[in-house]
Formats: sequence, structure tokens, C-alpha cells
Amino acid sequence: MRGRPEPAGRRPGRLRRIGVPYLILLPALLFELLIHLVPMVTGVVISFKALTQLYLAQWQHAPWAALANYRIVTDFSSSVGAALLHSFVVTCAFTVLAVTLSWLFGCAAAILAQDKFRGRGLLRAVFLTPYALPVYASVITWAFMFQYNNGLVNHVLHDELGVTSRPSFWLLGDNSFGALVTVSVWRNWPFAFLVVMAGLQSIPRELYEAAAIDGAGIWQQIRRVTMPSLRPVNQVLILVLFLWTFNDFTTPYVLFGNAAPQNADVISVHIYQSSFLTWNFGEGSAMSVLLLLFLLCVTSIYIFATRRRPRYE
Amino acid sequence: MRRPPPVTMFAITAAIAAAIAGTIAGCSSSATTNTGSSTSAGTTITYWASDQGSSIADDYTVLNPELAKFTQQTGIKVKLEVVGWPDLLNRILAATTSGQGPDVVNIGNTWSASLQATGAFLPWTSQNFATIGGEGRFVTAALGSTGASGQPPAAVPLYSIAYALYYNKALFAQAGISAPPATWDELVADGKKLTHGGNYGLAIEGSSIPENIHHAYIFAKQHGCDFFSASGAPTFTLPGCVQGVQQFVNLMGADKIVSPGDAEYDQNQSVSDFASGKVAMLMWQAAGANLKAHGMSASQYGVAPVPVQAGAPGQGTAVDSMVAGINIAIYKNTHNLAAAEQFVKFMTSPAEQGILCQKYGAIPPVSSAQQNPAFATPELSVIRGVLATSAVALPQVTGESQFEQLVGTAMKNLFADAVSGPVSAQTVEQQLSSAQQQMTG
Repeated sequence: MRGRPEPAGRRPGRLRRIGVPYLILLPALLFELLIHLVPMVTGVVISFKALTQLYLAQWQHAPWAALANYRIVTDFSSSVGAALLHSFVVTCAFTVLAVTLSWLFGCAAAILAQDKFRGRGLLRAVFLTPYALPVYASVITWAFMFQYNNGLVNHVLHDELGVTSRPSFWLLGDNSFGALVTVSVWRNWPFAFLVVMAGLQSIPRELYEAAAIDGAGIWQQIRRVTMPSLRPVNQVLILVLFLWTFNDFTTPYVLFGNAAPQNADVISVHIYQSSFLTWNFGEGSAMSVLLLLFLLCVTSIYIFATRRRPRYE
Repeated sequence: MRRPPPVTMFAITAAIAAAIAGTIAGCSSSATTNTGSSTSAGTTITYWASDQGSSIADDYTVLNPELAKFTQQTGIKVKLEVVGWPDLLNRILAATTSGQGPDVVNIGNTWSASLQATGAFLPWTSQNFATIGGEGRFVTAALGSTGASGQPPAAVPLYSIAYALYYNKALFAQAGISAPPATWDELVADGKKLTHGGNYGLAIEGSSIPENIHHAYIFAKQHGCDFFSASGAPTFTLPGCVQGVQQFVNLMGADKIVSPGDAEYDQNQSVSDFASGKVAMLMWQAAGANLKAHGMSASQYGVAPVPVQAGAPGQGTAVDSMVAGINIAIYKNTHNLAAAEQFVKFMTSPAEQGILCQKYGAIPPVSSAQQNPAFATPELSVIRGVLATSAVALPQVTGESQFEQLVGTAMKNLFADAVSGPVSAQTVEQQLSSAQQQMTG
């Protein structure tokens, strides 16, 4: 602004000066395009192609399939479509359960660890451990614990406590869903804990004191003071947890390998199987694009619904 | 300090941008500098070997001295990478799509037709075969698993293996069984005698897609059914295929001679269960080296052909193994074709075949190398006999890899049912039918 009174004749110099910030941004923009946009656009393009093994070596020359891939994967009376729909339903159930539990545990732990007590720092560190461990290492440990023959879970539940009348399969059949939810919650609740804990720091103590003077008990304080103050934090937290859980590939893949059991056939693994293992990349891409659209819709609706007009109270 | 004038600023930024753009361009061009040369000596080729030993480290120990010999003979250097089985197919596919792969690669021979369809590999026309000493050097059965019939092979046989039935001699003696079972009825009867306490008759790798597929295919064949028609269309739900799969799965579900825990095995746990004496029988491809690594010596187990429904093993409904094995292929877009061909010739030479097959417990697919007395051990004699008389190649159709994934997953689901009791023909048919409908190739 200080350079405003410039002679009108020096326009090129001014243009150049305005251009510099954009030029500096250019490399970042290029990388952004290269790393995010190009693969996404390629994926969308492939979803309109009949890219099977026959065209892998010259995939650019795969014939156009128009909407054929989409028609196949959305024909829910056919086996491919029905399997996709089943997988979608399983994923939704899994996501709702895992996100709710992660959030509940995270919130409860953060609120309980809010007041000072001996060993609080240590406890917080322990709580965060699952989040700090490498995904693969921690999930493979769970896979060992869930084994039928020598797993820790069966040893404790069946051999030691006698809760079940006979050893159960955790990685096959009906229980596999529970196993997946357990591992996912175990991995994600520390993140909820961390974020809520940070959110709690910004609530002024006076609010609690005022509430206490007004006669509010601990539940009243949580309901009337803590939760409303945490609202913006929770809004982002739940969205992020939802997206992570819905898209999570590593946890189910490490737990179940190439062939996920039907009860835990979540969509990320299902798409991987439909494209990488059966070499039908066109169909797999079509499923991915549908997934992307679904997540976009859910995210937009969520942001719209939880949007809040500024309060002037 | 004075701010640099805008022009200088502009120039600096432009230079940075140009440098970064140059780096990106450099990435893509650096990998293609290996241009072909008429003399192969001095060139370096890349070789992806499959994991054939007891571990990947073991493979390096076996292969490195041999590759050194090759370099000494020809002056061609070989950059070796041993790729584990879980990654190999994905790595091959990635190399195929990007065009940036190795020069020579090992493949599971059942993938031959599927990979042939991608057009990634050098077709072994008679002209190309001539550079490695001709097609006639190889055993016919092994050549049957190198690609779709009527087309030049996509790969050359490297190691041949077949399934055999391994049995624990001491446990058989304890149970008063004098000879290994030759039919499934006998196997089930023996298995029931051997199943007591925590011990079981037979070990199965219930969550392993390849193991499931190999057994399903042979069981179906024994019921006169093929998973593909002559034209290559999937026929998974024919009665014979359903009966075959049902019979296999019910070794656990109905006959109860397989531990339910085997339903989730996919890390070769069945081999260690057999080696530790927990299980009395195991159907495996050349398990000798593997069993030795688990501390079981060759004198402790006997080897027999895998049972058939009735009579003696042979062709038709009396087959008892797939032609298992490894093929070696050259990427079509290699810049070092002559060197790659020399390398394949070296790996399939009788001398190298003698050394490598012995170390990996395989049978050489090269006829002249089979005379080596090292392949006359009791185990390898049985496997050699199976390969010569009663082994059959898995379907050489483009949809083979899809078939493996879909039917392999269906079998895993069926084993999950078998843990709680007999599996009905209807359940098997449902699973196979769903798999068939997803075949789109």
C-alpha cells in the first residue's frame, strides 16, 4: 500500500511485483497437481475404460467403456453389485460403531484426566501409545492375539476365564466384525482423547466455577459447559474420524489378508480385491469414484448440518 | 539492507522453479538410460527371483554364488532382488503398467496365461527358444504350464514341483497303519485313527488362496470336472466341481480329521504342525527343505502320491497333483535382450539346474538334468513320478488369476463354515456360483 503513489507509466513493474507471489507458489502448485490431482483424475478416467489385464502393458490404449463399469457395479441384482452393496453396508455399520466408541472413550478419558492427580502425565502417555505405534506392527500383534489356536484372546476368555464354552474364531466368520471394530477403536480413540484434551484446555475455569455456584453437579457441568464449549472441536474430530475409519485399508488388510471374511468385507479391501487381485482396474476405479462421491456428499451434508451461525449472547 | 529489485527476485524464483522442474524431468528419464548394445559383456541386468528357500535371506545365499559364476563366464552383471510371494504379482503388474521393470523375472507357472495376456513378456517363439538351446531340452509336462495353448509360451520352465502326501512314520506305526493311504476313503479311515487328543490326521492351509485353489482343482478333476470349459468360459457350478470342493472342505467339516484351527492358516502353519508331530499327514509341494528347516529329518517322514478316488494315479479322473513350479520370463521391453537370453540359458543349463533344484528341493524341468542321482531321493522320486504320470496343469486361460482369487476366497468362506460342521452341496454351490458371476475377464 505504501508504494501506491507510483507513476502510471510503470505498470509492467507493478505487474511483475504482483506476479512474484504467484511464481513462488508455482512449485507448490505443481507438486500439488502431481501428487493429488493427477492420480485422482487418472482414476476417474480409468473408471470409464475397460482396463483389464489385456491392456495392462499399454493401459493408455484400453478401450472406452462409457458407463459400462458403473452399470455393472451398481446393478445390485448381479453378483458384483450385490457384493459391493453388502460391503458398503458392512462399512457403514463398522464406521458408525467404531467412530462412536472411539469418540466416547476419548471424551470420557479426556474429561476424567482433566483434573490434576498423581501420575496423570504417565497415564496420558500410556493412553496415547496405540496412536504412536506403527499401524502394521500393532495390527499384526492383534492378529496374533486373535488366533484360534494360540491366541491370547482365546487363552484369556476360554482357557482362563471360561467365558466361552469353546474357543472362538475371531478372524473368520461372524466374530470378525467385532474383531475389526475392536482393533479400530483401540487405534483411534487416543486421537479423540488427544483432540478433546486440547479442546478442554481452552474452556475457562470461571465457567465451571460459575456453574458450580449456580448449583450444577458434575453431569450438569459436562452437559451445559463442557459439551457446548467442545462443539467446534467435536465437529472436526468426528468428521476426521469418520473419513479415516471409512477409508481405512491397513487395519482390515493386515488383520484378514487378501481375502476378508464376508462379515468384515469393508469397502477399501473390497475395492482392492476387485481391482488388484482380479486385475479389473476399470471396475475397481468405478467403485472408487462412487466411494469418493459418497464421502463428498456425506462430508458436505455434515458440514452444512453442523454449521453454526455466530452467537451474540 | 536493500530489498533486491523485482527483476532479480523474479529471476531467482524462475531459477528455482526451473531447477525443480528439471529434477522432476530427471526422475523420469534416468531410469531409461540402459540402451541396448551389441556386446552384452559389461551390461547389468535386473533379475527378480521368487522366494524358493526357507527365507528370503536363504535365497540370496543360494543365488548369489551362481550369479557370480554367470558374471565370470559372460561379463554380464546381475542385479538380484528376491521378491516375497505376497508382493511378487503386484510388483510384476506394477512393472508391466509402468514399463519400468526388471529384465528377467520368476513367475508362478499358474500365472503364465494371465500374464501372457498382458503382453508384458517376450513370447518364446522357436527363434527365441533357439537362443537358449531349443524347446526340446524341456520336459513336456512343464512346458504345458507356460501359457495358453496355441500361442508361443510366455515363460520358460525353471523349477518343477508336484504335490505329495507326507506322513509321519512314527505316528503311523503307533496307530498300526502299515502303508500310506492310496484312496481318499483310506485317508479318511487312517485320519480317524490318527485323530485323538489334540492330534489330528491331516493338516490343511484353510485361509491360503493358492493352496485352496490347487486342491480344489485336483478334487474337481477327480470328479471329472474342470473349472473352465474348452473355450475358456468359467464352469464353477458343474456338479463335479461342487462335489470335489465339498469333499475337500468336509475333510474338516464332516470327517473331522482336520483341526478346525487350520481354517485360519495361511502362513505355512500346517508345515510346522506336521513337523512338530501335532498332525500326521500333510499334502505339500516338495516340503523336504521346509521340514528340515523346522527340524524334521527325512528319515522321520514317508512320502507317497496324494490319494485318488479309486485305483492308481494316472491321467483323467486319476490325477493327483497340479504341475506346480516356477517359470522364468523376460520382459518384452528389456533393453538388454541378448544379455537376458544368455541369463535364461545359464539358469536352465543342466549344470545350474542340478545345483539350484537340489538346493530348493525341486525337480529340474530340463530332461538332461534329471539324470543327476541327487534327484533319486525317496521324496524326489515320488514327485518325479507324479510329474511324469499323474500331474495336470492348472487351466491355462486368461481368467486364471481371477479364478484363483474368487474361488480361493470362496473356499476360505467354506472352511469358516466347516469349523462348525458338515458343509452342504448347496452351500458350496452358492459360494461357487457367486464366484463365477464375478468372473468378468
